[in-house]
Parts: sequence; structure tokens; C-alpha cells
Amino acid sequence: MRARTRSAHRTVAFAAVAALGAGLLAGCANDSGGSSGSSDTGGGKGKTTITLGLFGAFGYKEAGLYTEYEKLHPNIDIQENTIERNENYYPALVNHLTTNSGLQDIQAVEVSNIAEVTSTFANKLVDLSKVSGVQKSGWLDWKWQQATTKDGQTIGLGTDIGPMAICYRKDMFQQAGLPTDREAVGRLWAGSWDKFVKAGEQYQKKAPSGSTFMDSPGGLLNAMLGSLSTRFYDSSGKVVYKTNPAVKAAFDLTAKAAQEGLVGSQTQFQPAWDQTISNSKFAAVSCPPWMLGYIKGKSKPDAAGKWDVAAAPQAGNWGGSFLTVPKSGKNVTEAEKLAAWLTAPAQQAKLFSVQGSFPSSPAAYTMSAVTGARNEMTGDTPIGTIFATAAKGSPVQIIGPKDQIIQQGLTDNGVILVTKGKSPAEAWTTATKTIDNNLEK
Amino acid sequence: MATRHDTAAPPAKEGGAAPVRPPAVVTEAEQRRRTRLSRRWRRDMRWSPYAFVSPFFLLFIAFGLFPLIYTGWASLHTVELTAPTDMQWAGLRNYTRIFDDDFFWNAARNTLTIGIISTVPQLMMALGLAHILNYRLRASIFYRVVMLAPYATSIAAASLVFVLLFGRDYGMVNWALHFAGIGRIDWQNDKWPSQIAVSAIIVWRWTGYNALIYLAAMQAIPQDLYESAALDGASRRQQFFHVTLPQLRPTILFTCVVSTIGASQVFGEPLLFDANKGASGGAEHQFQTLGLYLYEQGWVNQHLGRASAIAWTMFLILIVIGIVNYVISRRLRASS
Repeated sequence: MRARTRSAHRTVAFAAVAALGAGLLAGCANDSGGSSGSSDTGGGKGKTTITLGLFGAFGYKEAGLYTEYEKLHPNIDIQENTIERNENYYPALVNHLTTNSGLQDIQAVEVSNIAEVTSTFANKLVDLSKVSGVQKSGWLDWKWQQATTKDGQTIGLGTDIGPMAICYRKDMFQQAGLPTDREAVGRLWAGSWDKFVKAGEQYQKKAPSGSTFMDSPGGLLNAMLGSLSTRFYDSSGKVVYKTNPAVKAAFDLTAKAAQEGLVGSQTQFQPAWDQTISNSKFAAVSCPPWMLGYIKGKSKPDAAGKWDVAAAPQAGNWGGSFLTVPKSGKNVTEAEKLAAWLTAPAQQAKLFSVQGSFPSSPAAYTMSAVTGARNEMTGDTPIGTIFATAAKGSPVQIIGPKDQIIQQGLTDNGVILVTKGKSPAEAWTTATKTIDNNLEK
Repeated sequence: MATRHDTAAPPAKEGGAAPVRPPAVVTEAEQRRRTRLSRRWRRDMRWSPYAFVSPFFLLFIAFGLFPLIYTGWASLHTVELTAPTDMQWAGLRNYTRIFDDDFFWNAARNTLTIGIISTVPQLMMALGLAHILNYRLRASIFYRVVMLAPYATSIAAASLVFVLLFGRDYGMVNWALHFAGIGRIDWQNDKWPSQIAVSAIIVWRWTGYNALIYLAAMQAIPQDLYESAALDGASRRQQFFHVTLPQLRPTILFTCVVSTIGASQVFGEPLLFDANKGASGGAEHQFQTLGLYLYEQGWVNQHLGRASAIAWTMFLILIVIGIVNYVISRRLRASS
């Protein structure tokens, strides 16, 4: 009898331990398998759930696009999982792609990573050019090419792009004796970044106290690099950033502007930089459409309507994303349809009016949602038309897998140092040394 | 009932290993009883202890041992995070290159200096705080909870607040310093200020924790030691140095070891203190620690092989530090 109760205790204890262990293991397993598990169970009413993995602010939900699609397709249920920063999103995506697990039905990819995804993971992603309704002519040519492999598979559909213009403060330009009309401002520096820096020197002579012409060295360098067709890689895929004279020229010009005090000493998107927006510490910033939304978020209310947008010296692009569909997803066909629908011109135009993400589809540029778009910060400026012109003028840029590392090295380990009193040559050495160490396998 | 003693005997001698079965006196009855025990019972006796301890070992093998060995294997290859199965044999190249990798040694120096700047003041302040709290105070529980609050705060939240406090143009620290006549300090971009700022986060976070450990140890010191010291005419100060400190020696050693380990693994604070939100530890790597450099190579630059070699090198360095620690503590014990 006694032995029996003992072994009964034992069984109970063992069961408890086993349950605990299983719980722990399940807790770990949930992490990677949760999303794919949920997609086949649906909403319990025979619905198909399509999941999207996104980063930052795509604004699909805010623009009501999911609700609209679910209304059009009553058997579809859409869920999104958003991670705030691409630096955290992308490594996880890479892991999921290499292990083929934990992937959502649709995964977004940022333009700085698209070359790496296209060259290394094309075999794990669906060729979206074959999906019905998807046509190459629906996108700007360079946007389409960026997600197309050498053998002609297009693994990502363009969402937004970031055509760059220059946003400037009319009141501060006026105080410094510069023109304020956007056409006249554009003429001030049309065609050359040298002229742009000259305009900055002119601004700085009579600048409102404590203000700089541009926000940051990183912003200026980004704008210049964004307008180059060849920058870090040549067409054969070789890293050439160090020997490319255009990159060095952009670096030196930025360093010069920094030495002359034409740019602030902040790093973009840092709290200190945000504070320079709200305290009106700079007069101009290189400005893709989404930057206006950012400025709006950080400004004091009295800055509304004081901004205007002029063409950049040379058109360029900054940012933008793609939607991809992993082959291992549970609902590949439905995901293809949704991705195609989300990136169609009408939806892109709608997203621009709500979220400020500029369409990568030229067909959207004539839609009233784009031509009629206005921003609180820029008053009645026809921003849609200005950015559309910049988009069409952007070069077909050669992008490479490690663009992000190189660009970050040049800005955050490079030109920023000039504002801290280092010489341009020292800054270049620090930047290239960092980049080379980071690139070496 | 009495026959049960063989399964629950006390240890043969104090401090000995697991219970040893005394040589059984085999009587007739005993023999019969034993044959009655089923084979299943014996198997149960033999194997169920292993089952009970297995969850830990299974988890350890899966999440501790396997990664350790795999990392070692990966460190001998050129392998990228984008294609972890595509390994190319590199021999010891990933290790030899560490010798002339300026960034690694820079990170090692930073780890050491940040470790010293953060650990030494932290432990001394903790000792002082514990000493004060050891007096009879009004609302002593309140103070203890307050001291532990930073420890319960997430590193992320704390670091972000400290980034704002240490801002160059609008930070509160510089604002306070300007009253003292000290000009703006660029806490993020200058080498020593940035290391001090990172250390400040660590000190803020861990001082209370260590103070509580010291406090617990102080309260275990017998009161009569103080009484007799007082009878001998020792002042409060002398009592602290001649009674409290010697009694705390094992605790101080423990906190030193734990803090050293913690200091060698500093990661979250410098990562979040980075103005670039990257892992380079400042524009000139001025506060990049080893943990951060490892993360940068592995996750930002996706060089799995190099990162693994760095991880193993860190492991070896830690072992060396551990041995040094052991030797020092033995010396101390011998000298006392």
C-alpha cells in the first residue's frame, strides 16, 4: 500500500516535471512557429488568414486598405506584425529565410536590403512578375529592376519610393536674404551641389542666430549619394566606393560644408536632432515625401505653413520598400494577390494621401490623390507634382548588398566627425577603415 | 517501517557525498522481501532521478552546450549569416586576425576602462549606502525598495532617459554643470565623457542591488562584536573598518566576482547610448565594448565566423580573468 502511494506521488511529480518541461519547450517553439501556425487555422469560420511582416510605418492599416480588401474578399482575414526599426526587422527576416521557418505570408524588404535579398534569397521567394495583374510598366523602371534577379525573376513589388527635394523654411530664408519662391530657390542651385553649398554660405552670412543652413552632415551626404547612378558598387558588383571619385567628391563637399558650419552637428533621427526641428535650428533639409510627416511630428504648431519644397540640385532617391512573398508560406496564391493589390496604383495613391509614402507607380502620379495632395507644413504647395518630377528624374542607381553598411560608415563614422573638429582627411580614414573592417568576411 | 531506513539513511559522515548504503545484513526475511521487489521498482529507483534532473540538462544541451560547440565550429570557417550552411574552412584565420584587429583591441580596452569606471565607484557607494541603512532609520523598508528600483527598471528605458540627460545641447547634466561654470561637454562623442556616461548608467542600475547584498551581510554580523569593540573604546569609524569590513570580506569578494563578470559582458547600455542607434559604439568606437563588437560583427555585418571567433576569444579572456580572481582571493584568504 505504502509503496503504491509512493509511486503514485512519483507519477504525479514526474507528470508535473514533464508538463513543466514541455511548457518550456513549447514556449520556445512558439517564437518561431507561431505565425505560420496561426495562418492555417484562420478565424474559425473557414477564413484564410494572410499575415504581413512589416517594419516602421507602412500605414496600410491606418489607410484602411485591409478593411477594404477584406470587404472585397470576404473569405480573407489580414493580420500584420510590425517591428519598429528595420535594423531589428531585417536580421530576423534573414534568419527566417535561411531556416525557412517563421515567415509571414508577405514580407516587406527595405531598399537598402533588397540587393542582398535579391542576390541571396531569390530561390526562396515567389517570382511576382508572373502573378496576374502585375505588369512591369506599372512601376518606375529602376524600382522594378532593383528587385529583379540577373535571370529575370522579380521577387519584390515596389511599394513606395523616396524622391528627394529640398524642404526649406521660407521665413528663415527671407531673414537671410535668400529668395523664398520655390521656383527661384530651385534656380539658386539647379544642377549642382556646389551651388547648393554656395547658397548655404550665402545663408550663413545673415543667418538667424544659432541656426545652420542644413540640418546635419549625414542628410547632405545622403542627398548627394542618392543622386549618383554609380556610387558604392560598379555594374559588375564590385565594391568601388573608395575609388569612385563621385563618392569622394560628395564626401569632401559635405566635409567642407561642415567645416564652414553650414550644417548642424547632429545625427539624423536622434533625439538631439529632433530637438533641432522643434527649435527651428536649421533652414533646409533634404526631403523625401515622408520627411514632411516626420517634420510635422516633431515641430511646434507655429511652424505649420512656414515650409516650402524646392527641387534638389540633382534628383535622387532616399528609401522605399518592396513586398515579397516567401515560397514556404501557407497561402502563397492569396498572398500574391494581396501583394499585387496593395502595390497597385490606386492603393499607392491612397497611401500617399494618408501616410505620405510616395507611389512607385507612375500611373498614380496623375491621380487626384497625388496631384491634389497638400501638407500642413507646406501650406498649398503642390507637393505631389514636385515629388513626381523628382521621381521621374531619379537615376537608375546601381545598388549592392552592403549599401547600408557603407552609407552608415560614411555618415555616422565619417562626415559627422568633421562637425566635432576632426579634419576631413581624418574623417575619411576613420570611415573607410570602419567600412573595410565591416565588409571583410 | 524500520526496514525503510536503507533507502533514507543519513550521510555516512558529515560533509560526505551522497548517502552510502550500509552493508546490508541479509536475513531470510530480507531476502524474500527483496525478491518481491519488482524489476520495475528497481528500474524506477535507478532511472527516475535522471528523469528528474533531465529537463535542465536537455535545455542546457539545446541552448547552452550546442551553441557553444557550434560557435566553436563556425569560428573556424568563413560563414555569413545570410547562408549559415555555406561554410568555407578558414582554419585559425578568424583568430589570428584578431591580433591585428584594431577594433577588437579598442573594444577590449573600452571594456576594461568602462568596467573599472563603473565597478569601483559602484561597490564603494554600495558599501557606504549599506552602512547608512544599517543604522536604525525611519521608513527603512521604503529606502530599501527605492534602492532596488533601478535594478527593476529595464535597461532600455533607463538608457534612453540617460541619453536625454547626457545630451550635449539640451541635456540636464550639462545644464547643471553650466551653473558650476563648466562648459558644454559632448557626452556622446568625446571618449572619456562617453565612457563615464555609460558607466553612470551601470552604476545607477547596480548600486542598490549591491547595497542590499552588503546590508544583508552586515545584519548577519553578531552584535556582540560591536559591543566588545565599543567596550574597547572603538569609535563608529573604527568599528566600521575593524569589525564590519573584515566580516564582510566573503561578501565583498562575491560582489567583486559578479561585477567583474557583469562588466565584461556590458552590452545593452552602450548599445542604446549609441547616438547612431547602431552597434559601433559611437562614431569613433569610443565606447564600443567587446559584447557590442561581437554583436556588430555577427548581426549588423552578418559575419558569423568572425563573430564566433570573437565570442570564443572573449570566453578565453574571461577564463583568464577568473583564474586571476581565484588566485587573488586565495592570497587574501591566506593572508587573513
